Amino acid sequence: MCAKKVTTKSEDVGTTGHQWDGIEELNNPLPRWWVWIFYLTVIWGLGYTVFYPAWPLISHATQGIYGPSERKAVDDDIAAWDAKNAEVKAKLVAADVNAIPADATLKDYAANAGKAVFNTYCVQCHMREGQGNPAKGYPTLSDNDWLFGGTMDAIVATVSHGVRNTTDADARNVGLYMPAWAENAAPGPMADAASAKLTADQIGQLVNYVLKISGQSADEAKAAAGMQLFADNCVACHGDGGQGNRDMGAPNLTDAIWLYGGSEAQLTATIANGRGGVMPAWSGRLSEGDIRSVATYVHALGGGE
Amino acid sequence: MWDYVKLALLALVAVVAVYAANFAHDLAYQVNAIEVAVAAAIAFIYSLRQVGEPRVHPQDEYMDGVVRAGVIATTFWGVVGFLVGVVIAFQLAFPALNISHIGGLSLEGILNFGRLRPLHTSAVIFAFGGNALIMSAFYIVQRTCATRLWGGNLGWFVFWGWQLMIVLAASSYVLGGSEGKEYAETAWHIDLWIVVVWVAFLLVFMGTLFKRKEPHIYVANWFILSMIITIAMLHIVNNLAIPVSLLGSASVQVTGGVQDAMVQWWYGHNAVGFFLTAGFLGMMYYFVPKQAERPIFSYKLSIIHFWALIFLYIWAGPHHLHYTALPEWASTLGMVFSVMLWMPSWGGMINGLMTLSGAWDKLRTDPIIRMMVISLGFYGMSTFEGPMMSIKAVNSLSHYTDWTIGHVHSGALGWNGMITFGALYFLTPRLWNRSGLYSLRLVNWHFWLATIGIVLYASSMWVTGIMEGLMWREVDANGFLVNAFADTVAAKFPMYVVRGLGGAMYLTGALIMTYNLIMTVRGQPARSALNANNVVPAE
Repeated sequence: MCAKKVTTKSEDVGTTGHQWDGIEELNNPLPRWWVWIFYLTVIWGLGYTVFYPAWPLISHATQGIYGPSERKAVDDDIAAWDAKNAEVKAKLVAADVNAIPADATLKDYAANAGKAVFNTYCVQCHMREGQGNPAKGYPTLSDNDWLFGGTMDAIVATVSHGVRNTTDADARNVGLYMPAWAENAAPGPMADAASAKLTADQIGQLVNYVLKISGQSADEAKAAAGMQLFADNCVACHGDGGQGNRDMGAPNLTDAIWLYGGSEAQLTATIANGRGGVMPAWSGRLSEGDIRSVATYVHALGGGE
Repeated sequence: MWDYVKLALLALVAVVAVYAANFAHDLAYQVNAIEVAVAAAIAFIYSLRQVGEPRVHPQDEYMDGVVRAGVIATTFWGVVGFLVGVVIAFQLAFPALNISHIGGLSLEGILNFGRLRPLHTSAVIFAFGGNALIMSAFYIVQRTCATRLWGGNLGWFVFWGWQLMIVLAASSYVLGGSEGKEYAETAWHIDLWIVVVWVAFLLVFMGTLFKRKEPHIYVANWFILSMIITIAMLHIVNNLAIPVSLLGSASVQVTGGVQDAMVQWWYGHNAVGFFLTAGFLGMMYYFVPKQAERPIFSYKLSIIHFWALIFLYIWAGPHHLHYTALPEWASTLGMVFSVMLWMPSWGGMINGLMTLSGAWDKLRTDPIIRMMVISLGFYGMSTFEGPMMSIKAVNSLSHYTDWTIGHVHSGALGWNGMITFGALYFLTPRLWNRSGLYSLRLVNWHFWLATIGIVLYASSMWVTGIMEGLMWREVDANGFLVNAFADTVAAKFPMYVVRGLGGAMYLTGALIMTYNLIMTVRGQPARSALNANNVVPAE
């Protein structure tokens, strides 16, 4: 296949002499540039296999002059970042947790690292920038309303141990639920947690009382009846005025921020069937540095205390 | 005698299929079994009515009935495949279009993206592309061998067997039957049926080649034959599986782990290489010189690029598995062979385009030639893009992004689609003995809608793919990833809408073509009583 100049005039080269259904073939040589580029790619290809692992032998493959590169390249990359961040990381783990947001260097590093951690592990439930997902009861992390507290300490504890999970003995609210108060509630831990069984009418009264103390329009007569029910059944966790209790993760009922929604229908569902949100414990899966970082990030989202 | 054997066989198949439907373990298998029973019953009744009738196979006429059926099937499945593609494109842009209920009736996931995606890919590759290949192979091999199709009605068996396969696969996919292997999702029982039909295809093709009246085999037939043989090998090896039960869709792959991945992409890459490249080059080598009425540019180039393509393509599969559990040496070889494949692929483009030298003026006057030229242009572009994307450094950016989707579609819509449209426009007037197409203006509309549609599709996917790749790897000053995966999904939205619009334009073009072809056949009188195109030339 020696490369010759291609002639564009078909009459000059003639045909192969065959004909199929009227189709003929000209005798043009291979285009010169085509042949040379083909040769070049072959030479380049063979050369490449000299430098990198390529040809399989009986028990192993040729390793190439440059040796295995892919995994090493990733490892080197990670090691380089680790080395660069080693000092500040050590400082972050050693520091007093509550002092991290005040230290500009630590905060800058931890917030960046925490954002990456958050966007990898937390964003699925708590959504972008911690906006939360009220439809599923995943709390908003960017407001001032905290179930278990918004100090660095409290956030680190919640992230480390989680909520009501079965894997961490130190998880918050293990065995503690918003009870299912309805008399016909499905059996289970939430039904067991209820100290009394309420009728649908009573639940309607309670709902109206909660609507009232949260500043929404409510049926006054029902709300008045609900007040006594609230005092009898709810104050132990939610407090006398319904302002909540962080020791038990009991939400404040007097503000406009709701974990499972504040409409009449949503409140009825919550009181009748109970709630028991779960969050995984991250202490075994994330390093202390990562947990402190993500806590710093969450702390800085707007509601940190 | 053969009639009675056939009847007994069909009756047996129908009974066994009814039995299988009754005891099926899953809905997909059950529906498949019912379909087989119905198909066998129809074939039984048809055969019964034919018993004793003389078989008419005039050796001085080409067997064009099956090619005509192929033209209809190609057009029909093309529209179906493009339509499903447009639907899933918009499902990605607007997830609410994954309709789960109609009124109170649950659809059990039938219309979800996950079910419709294999339906789309199989419809366009195997239903549209497959019918185009079978139709062209039957037409080309008869003309270039100057002899009638071998095997009597075996050609019809191939045609109807392939349609049955398509119906089985489509209903199986939407009901949840899948092997989970890309472009090879068909359940084990459908895989077996594909083998039967494909071997019949090989026999018809080889038989016709053997009884050819021309001294030499035309280049188009080399490509088509290499396609048939290689696809048989790839299909069988990639689908080696043990059924969990003879009465269910589920099966277990013989290979596992990274070996299975390698076999899958050896198959997957060469489904592109042989089905969508070699087979369609076979079409190109016949329809382009016929439409341009010019000789092929270079016999030497066709022979060299044919063998280079066949030898190199089969090794390139590992580039689909860069940076995975695949050993690095295999990855290197896949990349190197892909780059060496660049010029052999371009050989076909050069031969096609240079065939037009001396006839470039036809580009202005003949929209069908224009379609074939743009198809060769997209072929050249995607066969350059492919080797480039197989280079590890490029692949580390492009892999898993929409760039890959854009690449595939510039090849599929541009090359496979356009050359098939050209072939359909070429064949319809000749097969139905009409003096010409109903409207060249409509061909022009089709050309521009399809071309602009492809450009919108490919460029939006390039933009979103590269953006996505860059976002995935973006790190801040401390080396932490900047973007969550959901950020990249949100950022892609406008490009997804553009892609959907491009697809809709392409579909509109195909609908215009369908109308044009129907009007060509129905709206015009036959040229004369005798179809000169259908006569085998005397020796």
